Amino acid sequence: MSEAADSRIPVTVLTGYLGAGKTTLLNRILSENHGTRYAVIVNEFGEIGIDNDLLVESDEEVYEMNNGCICCTVRGDLIRTVENLMKRKGAFDAIIVETTGVADPAPVAQTFFMDDDVREAAKLDAVVAVVDARHVQQRLKDTKEAEDQIAFSDVILLNKTDLVSADELKGVEAAIRKINPYAKIHHTERCQIEIGDVLDRGAFELDRILDLDPEFLKKAEHAHDHECGPDCDHDHHHHGHDHAHDHDHPDHECGPDCDHGHEDTHSVKSYSFTAGDLEPKVFFDWINQVTQIQGPNILRMKGILAFKDDPQRYVVQGIHMIVEGNHQRDWKDDEKRESRIVFIGRELDGAALKTAFDACVAE
Amino acid sequence: MPVTAPLDTDGFVVSACFLGDVAAFASGEGSVFFAGGPETQTPVHKNGLLCATPSLDGKSLITGGGDGRICKTSADGSVEELAEQPRKWIDIIAAGPQDSVAFASGRTAWVRLKTGEIKEFQLPRAFSDLTFAPKGMRIAASRYDGVTLFWVNAAGDPQELSWKGAHSLISYSPDGKYLVTTMQENALHGWRLADSQDMRMTGYPGKVKSISWSAKGKYLATSGAQAAILWPFMGKSGPMDQAPMELGVRGDSMVTTVCCHPTEEMLAIGYQDGMVMAVRYSDNAEVLLRRPGAGPVSALAWDKRGDRLAFGTEEGAAGVITLLD
Repeated sequence: MSEAADSRIPVTVLTGYLGAGKTTLLNRILSENHGTRYAVIVNEFGEIGIDNDLLVESDEEVYEMNNGCICCTVRGDLIRTVENLMKRKGAFDAIIVETTGVADPAPVAQTFFMDDDVREAAKLDAVVAVVDARHVQQRLKDTKEAEDQIAFSDVILLNKTDLVSADELKGVEAAIRKINPYAKIHHTERCQIEIGDVLDRGAFELDRILDLDPEFLKKAEHAHDHECGPDCDHDHHHHGHDHAHDHDHPDHECGPDCDHGHEDTHSVKSYSFTAGDLEPKVFFDWINQVTQIQGPNILRMKGILAFKDDPQRYVVQGIHMIVEGNHQRDWKDDEKRESRIVFIGRELDGAALKTAFDACVAE
Repeated sequence: MPVTAPLDTDGFVVSACFLGDVAAFASGEGSVFFAGGPETQTPVHKNGLLCATPSLDGKSLITGGGDGRICKTSADGSVEELAEQPRKWIDIIAAGPQDSVAFASGRTAWVRLKTGEIKEFQLPRAFSDLTFAPKGMRIAASRYDGVTLFWVNAAGDPQELSWKGAHSLISYSPDGKYLVTTMQENALHGWRLADSQDMRMTGYPGKVKSISWSAKGKYLATSGAQAAILWPFMGKSGPMDQAPMELGVRGDSMVTTVCCHPTEEMLAIGYQDGMVMAVRYSDNAEVLLRRPGAGPVSALAWDKRGDRLAFGTEEGAAGVITLLD
């Protein structure tokens, strides 16, 4: 795919639990006068208060691709809807996809990479999650989806901040950071946000992977090592089988296939590693292999890499088994040549990943 | 040399057909354009036109749109609304015997009979495409993991044909012996209906988005490669263990639309770059009908005798090409 002038229609995916404020955000985007015309794909018309010609209802239909890979799933209805929208190409400038509260964002995102026609017509701009500051901790305990939505997001609106105390908010943010260290988090009330902070993010464009902010990463690493003390405002609930049915979470019954982390509240974790110059062949062999084998467990991956004897930065990003990479630009003189990679995933062996990444370092 | 009468429509040409001597072009913006007689334009749908097919008597073009309406437009420009499903995008349509029309949106399909009576059919997952069987009041629906066949008037359980994966377009062979679908993963699937024998037709570099049966159903022509791929269906076991013909091979552009000639052993091929060629089966002889330009070819249709070809592109170029000896 050419990295040059890209005429593809940008697509923003809105996720978030029921009641978090997705519809509020959508109405805000649609009602603000900014000269952009949106086609909006919703799961149900519900409370969208805006009259929009290009508002289409679409039942979420997740298809497995016939390639034997369990994580290669796409949204069949989206393929079709995008195809239909392309028959009216001149009528809109961008697409917003609103997902149901319990949707797994992966098939939505993967649709824009795995289907050739969709990929030719549209490009995923960003996954935006609206998170209810007051209820998210409970959601994270009860459901895998809430965690997936946060893990997958490029932008997170931590909404309803007026309904929690400053301390609670800190705890919520720490919980989110632990799952996803590099999403941009915005604190909002009633989803009040500059639209530019949500749209046109280019989160999947290799050109726009600028930095994997070391401050974020430091915080994230810190969060992993964090020893909870008496003053700690984490929620220390442990979700165990023995008392799992004592609380009110009718949507989930733990069974043998359940892949929650039952030791920790959050089963999704992020791992970030840094190194100097890498040996490209060793790195590519490893990243191909690790995404093949661990693909189902890797939710997102991003990296900025320095290859031996290569004056250019190399950037990679991935969703499950899909990996994209390209040279981006020359390393600047005032920039530290460094390789940095972040994995967000479930049941990943951090130590093994680190060992393997370190083995890519050039002699 | 072929002679072209060009026509500009205002949008993506979703479908083209001949209504008698007049060529009709359905534009994604919502209108039907006419050429070959007086050049006129009839607005039909608000919110875009998503699908179109000629009626079996060849007298009207039936369309579905983003306004939830199903309309019948005649060559004189008159429009009759056949049905409406408010707030649904009608993106699947099929014309049936006795003026019946089938259409679908999401997990529901409807058949409107000549009397105006509407019957409803449901699937647990979305309908991908619909077609009427060549004989009897029966519809076949492609879907995820296979095909479902419903009797329109008779009670009784629908028949299921299973094959894992997402099936898109669906078509019966003209003799009704085979049912073929296009699939999400660059392949066709077929069933020999007598014994539900599966047929796999693979090897495409791209998704197959256009299929056309040749005269008397001898071949099934398809897009999805840098040539038109024609599977032989004249033997007892269809294309099984047979290699397809490749016609109109080009190294630099994919085939997007195919349309077999109604009587002769030749077809029209439309390419990604806008080129249209006619190619003969027997010796692969090619005649250039349209030079590249104005987007991928999205619609092709022969008139009844096969003297004229209507074409349209994704960027709204259209026209009628008359073949002269």
